[in-house]
Amino acid sequence: MRTENQRAWFFVLPVLALVAFNALVPMMTVVNYSVQETFGNNQFFWEGLGWFEQILRSDRFQAALGRQFLFTFLILIIEVPLGIIVALSMPRKGFWVPVCLVLMALPMLIPWNVVGSMWNIFTLPKIGLLGYFLNDVLGINYDMTQQPISAWITVIVMDVWHWTSLVVLLCYAGLVSIPDAYYQAAKIDGASPWSVFRYIQLPKMKTVLTIAVLLRFMDSFNIYTEPFVLTGGGPGNSTTLLSIDLVKIALGQFDLGPAAAMSLIYFAITLLVSWVFYTLMTKDDAQ
Amino acid sequence: MAQIKLSNLRHSYMPAPKGPEDYALKEIDVTWRDGGAYALLGPSGCGKSTLLNIISGLLMPSEGQILFDGQDVTALPPDQRNIAQVFQFPVIYDTMTVGENLTFPLKNRGVDPATIKRRVDEIAEMLDVTDMLNTKASGLSPDNKQKISMGRGLVRDDVNAVMFDEPLTVIDPHLKWKLRSKLKELHQRVKATMIYVTHDQTEALTFADEVVVMQEGEVVQIGTPVELFERPQHTFVGHFIGSPGMNVLPCEAKGDRALFEGHEVMLEGPTHGDGGRTDLGIRPEYVGFGDTGIPAHVTKVSDIGRHFVVSAMVGNTALKAVTEHEVPEPGSQVFLQFKPEQSRVYRDGWIATQERAQ
Repeated sequence: MRTENQRAWFFVLPVLALVAFNALVPMMTVVNYSVQETFGNNQFFWEGLGWFEQILRSDRFQAALGRQFLFTFLILIIEVPLGIIVALSMPRKGFWVPVCLVLMALPMLIPWNVVGSMWNIFTLPKIGLLGYFLNDVLGINYDMTQQPISAWITVIVMDVWHWTSLVVLLCYAGLVSIPDAYYQAAKIDGASPWSVFRYIQLPKMKTVLTIAVLLRFMDSFNIYTEPFVLTGGGPGNSTTLLSIDLVKIALGQFDLGPAAAMSLIYFAITLLVSWVFYTLMTKDDAQ
Repeated sequence: MAQIKLSNLRHSYMPAPKGPEDYALKEIDVTWRDGGAYALLGPSGCGKSTLLNIISGLLMPSEGQILFDGQDVTALPPDQRNIAQVFQFPVIYDTMTVGENLTFPLKNRGVDPATIKRRVDEIAEMLDVTDMLNTKASGLSPDNKQKISMGRGLVRDDVNAVMFDEPLTVIDPHLKWKLRSKLKELHQRVKATMIYVTHDQTEALTFADEVVVMQEGEVVQIGTPVELFERPQHTFVGHFIGSPGMNVLPCEAKGDRALFEGHEVMLEGPTHGDGGRTDLGIRPEYVGFGDTGIPAHVTKVSDIGRHFVVSAMVGNTALKAVTEHEVPEPGSQVFLQFKPEQSRVYRDGWIATQERAQ
């Protein structure tokens, strides 16, 4: 016999309230701003989808979005393979395991703005250790405050330094969960090291790798603090990523409407790409 | 296929073993004939998996030699020994289909496609997995996965030996029986030397022509299932094999008689040696009831289906008897009769009576 009632809904209420206060309500205020124009004094005028259209058509937004995708793409194709390689070469047991793990975790423990300042001081020409070394010892013309290429390289290297560990630790967790029997069976089957990677290690790492790529995508796509502290979006606009541009519009120019519309577009893109990616990566398992 | 000879094999996981207690595997010296079915039987931690890994080459023994058909393979890595191993948990390559899984070991060895196809079809047919060849291996049930990992070993027609490391652990009981008879059937068809490690006596006794019983890194007896049951060389074998196991009763030995709780018991033959802990060993199956004999007090009678297990006390010693018909009442006084040709004396665990010449 089954009794049916609606009591279960009460148990969902606390979570609903919490989500409403920390996500839905702030989000709706953004939606509210995005369709209105204000000239201060708390006076608002209906604007419809005008801001969205303006943002999507603007060269400035498109350029920032392009830079954002380029940045995310570059750090992903560097950090993911690098992370896998480092994880594969880490010892599985013994004295060096905790040493490696702590070393790996260190960059992630440093506050983001400190990472930005560190790399800023480190790479400044003349003053910074790396800047000095590159310019005055190796004779390479490097100045991230003046040259877009130098600035880009520095931002990418900084992110790789800061976040490859995350990929490493996740992959390592996947690797150590593989029972010895798999490696033994592969030995007996005469598998090459590449086959072991391709048919044992990679499939077993797939779940954690999906998580790693998703996290790295979202974090890098929304990155703000480190490049802002390092280059301030410069030289010129060359390292002005989406979030940096957004803050310039919202707080620098105080254009609340366009900034709100841009936030929503930004959010939608992040969500869409994550969803597409996740669906693709988990498609095989569903079959 | 090959004859496997283990010569003075010893292994320790420690870098500098001192006494025998440091060895996970103590002095083993056996020869297994080509095409035989053998079982390594013993409780967890008795060294049977260590021994198996040494034979397959996953582990290098501290001392001694392994010979396949007279050829020393002690230093060879697993892939050059041409052996196959089935592990406790099914090892399959998740991203491949069943067919690709079976092909994998042949492909790695550069076998030509026509031979691969013939062998894979043959093995798939033997294992009843022909209809699954194109399905992804990751979605299979544990027993089918285990069949595939067996198949990966069997596709190579030149394997010296196939080893099983407790392969039925994760299989449902009703499928265990099926898979076990499949194994037996496979052994008859492919005629490979098979070595089967288990702690389950039923599995060992039904699978193997010869069983190696191990305890604490030591081989205590090698024999056919009947030999292990009828004449255990060690009280451990007597106790480990059989259900319930052999009665091991403290006694004193005098010639071809034992003195147990003040009663004289005829033995199978004269005892040898002296000193040490002396026990009388007799299987419950050979303890009968009669009008005369050793007086005992029945404490419990359990009906286990085919027969009854009677627990009784003789003086301060508990023992068990198995009977099919004359079932005494719990609490009653009975007289026990020990079958002389099945009564033996063990000194410090090892058999110390000689069979009387027929």
